[in-house]
Amino acid sequence: MILALQLSHFSAAVIFAFFSSMVFGICFRGNTRDMARYGAYCFAVFVIGVFGAGWVMRFLHR
Amino acid sequence: MTNTDTAKTETPDSQSAPSMNAMAAVAIGLGWLVPGAGHLMQKKWIRGLLLMSSVATMFFLGLAMNGKVYKPNAGDLLDMLGFVGDLGAGGLYLAGRAMEWGDVLIAAATADYGTKFIVVAGLLNVISVVDAYHIAIGKKQ
Repeated sequence: MILALQLSHFSAAVIFAFFSSMVFGICFRGNTRDMARYGAYCFAVFVIGVFGAGWVMRFLHR
Repeated sequence: MTNTDTAKTETPDSQSAPSMNAMAAVAIGLGWLVPGAGHLMQKKWIRGLLLMSSVATMFFLGLAMNGKVYKPNAGDLLDMLGFVGDLGAGGLYLAGRAMEWGDVLIAAATADYGTKFIVVAGLLNVISVVDAYHIAIGKKQ
């Protein structure tokens, strides 16, 4: 492949979080409402984790 | 406790015990080969389409980022685990190998992300196959 899709760290992490959360929500809960809630929860945890890891790396880099 | 009581208490356990049936076996095989197909064959249309689109999008985004598709190997442990993860994508992995997609050297951060996207697509497909199995045996609606 000649042209590579160029994503920033953040956008790659958010896309990763979105699709992973969708699968987690569908597979780990039994009804539609719980699936949506658990998917949203997983997505939020992923994104908060990204920000948390970002800050940790910032302080470690100093 | 009478015999009748014993029978009453044993019945739910024996009904809820997981078991393999033809539908479950097909759901596992088809779900692995075509992501989401294990749900689609059980008429879980929306779930199946969402799983299919999630796994396929992750896989193709990984390829678009110049991610690597691992081949069978007996070298580095992480390479072996990468192959196991990739293999979970089933038909997508086989198509990728047949078309020689992802036959690249990882030279940029985005390519490394792409490699992880492909591995995780395979792992997510394994999760969806297990879910299709649970639906097929009646453990989940």
